Amino acid sequence: MGLIISAVVIGGGLLWMLYLSIKGQDVDRRIVYVFVGATVALAIIFRLEFGEVATPIVKSVFDKIENLPAGSKIVLSYDFDPAMAPEVNPMANAFIRHILEKKHRLYFMSLWATGQSLLSVSLNDVLKPEFPDAKYGVDYCNLGYKAGNEGVLNVVITNFRKMFPSDANGNSLDSLPMFKDVESLKDMDLLISVGGGKPGVKEWILFAGDPGKVAMAGGSAAVSAPLLYPYWPRQLIGLLGGTKGAAEYEAELIKTYPRFKDKSMPALRMMGPQTMAHVVIIAFIVIGNVAYFRSRKKGGQL
Amino acid sequence: MDGAVISTWLAALLTLGIMSFVYKDNLYYKICEAIFIGISAGYWFITYFWDSLYRIAWIGVVHEGRYVLLGGVVLGAMMLMRLFGKIGWIARWPLAFIVGATAGLKMMVYFTTNAMAQIHGTVDDTMVAFGGGDLYDLIGRLVILIGTVTGLIYFYFSKEHKGLFGGVAKVGTWFLMITFGASFGYTVMSRMSLLLGRIEFLLTDWLKLVK
Repeated sequence: MGLIISAVVIGGGLLWMLYLSIKGQDVDRRIVYVFVGATVALAIIFRLEFGEVATPIVKSVFDKIENLPAGSKIVLSYDFDPAMAPEVNPMANAFIRHILEKKHRLYFMSLWATGQSLLSVSLNDVLKPEFPDAKYGVDYCNLGYKAGNEGVLNVVITNFRKMFPSDANGNSLDSLPMFKDVESLKDMDLLISVGGGKPGVKEWILFAGDPGKVAMAGGSAAVSAPLLYPYWPRQLIGLLGGTKGAAEYEAELIKTYPRFKDKSMPALRMMGPQTMAHVVIIAFIVIGNVAYFRSRKKGGQL
Repeated sequence: MDGAVISTWLAALLTLGIMSFVYKDNLYYKICEAIFIGISAGYWFITYFWDSLYRIAWIGVVHEGRYVLLGGVVLGAMMLMRLFGKIGWIARWPLAFIVGATAGLKMMVYFTTNAMAQIHGTVDDTMVAFGGGDLYDLIGRLVILIGTVTGLIYFYFSKEHKGLFGGVAKVGTWFLMITFGASFGYTVMSRMSLLLGRIEFLLTDWLKLVK
């Protein structure tokens, strides 16, 4: 029912704009904005959802975490700010669920000052309520934020303690059991950076993954994803690109672990409105071109 | 009224204020923009103060006796000299240090992992695909190889783009245009995700129209 109502409203609006364009009348840009907003709102209200299947570039990250033996060491770096959070936070939360479900050891850190605050939200909203048995210092730890961008990676690739003498809570790294056999990033089994700016996935590849010869995976805002595809599959085992990549990972997680079906999966929820918005934008491009070519045929000017 | 309700209303009003710019520039938008800039600057200042000045410099030098850190403190202080007209030139020294150190740090890393590893991957994977990969893989590799070579030729300006050379450069232009198009498509997806996040917040957390 929701799909039909949305289709009628959106389709009707697009036909009206096509009619105006053919008649040679201008469509105010504010009408376009309102129309995109209404499309997104309708899709959210009616909860339009489309099935997602993991593509190879996403599946390879999932399989890597899935196939590592229990107790493997994985770094998850929160390299983003609130502006990127709607896109990349679902990825980070999906990684937390998967990694702890597989009983791996999870080392949090951040190269962005804002990442530290967003990490504490994930710890309180996802990790602690969904994995109450996970022990701090044994199953997971939070190293917090360090200023220095790629300079931080350049140090921790040889020695963690030089850059992080203590974790975010002030505990000495030597007092944490999960750091007993960890000297540097080279001792990790997998590095994951979730972000979309600089420093981000690219800096992790250049300054940690490649020089340390450690498997590297990433989650990136869609705007940065095209710049990272060249690193796959040799320097990057896989990449979650934008909301689409996050939704694919969430779908794979639910398929493998149905217990997460009832948990909040924002990327999957956002793909319906996202798809509708994209259809509308494509329609606008078509309408704009129709108007342009009609105008040119008549010898008029736009 | 508890804190969560107040913060939700505050976030909603600020979101609407920023969104009001699509109608036209207005006072409501300017106030929200100023609040955002002020809070961001304050957040970064406090973070850097505690993380760098206090935790690293103060604790490192005063409590742990790591006097080597004083070098960084002095360079940082020299950076502030640009605020004083006559001795502003002193700020050039730490700046020169930063430029030199960053260039040195990045030069070899970019050359080995960004240039050499990428060339190796492009050539090696293509050879492997020719040696026994499936047709889909082979076509993909060929497209990458042709795109790389023709793209490089487009940026070779020592020879005039005419004849066969010009034709190959033209193919490179097409690859570049398709790349820019794909990149722009991803940018649209990214921006749309941000809009989605805000509208979902307004409809779910604020108006409670959706559960």
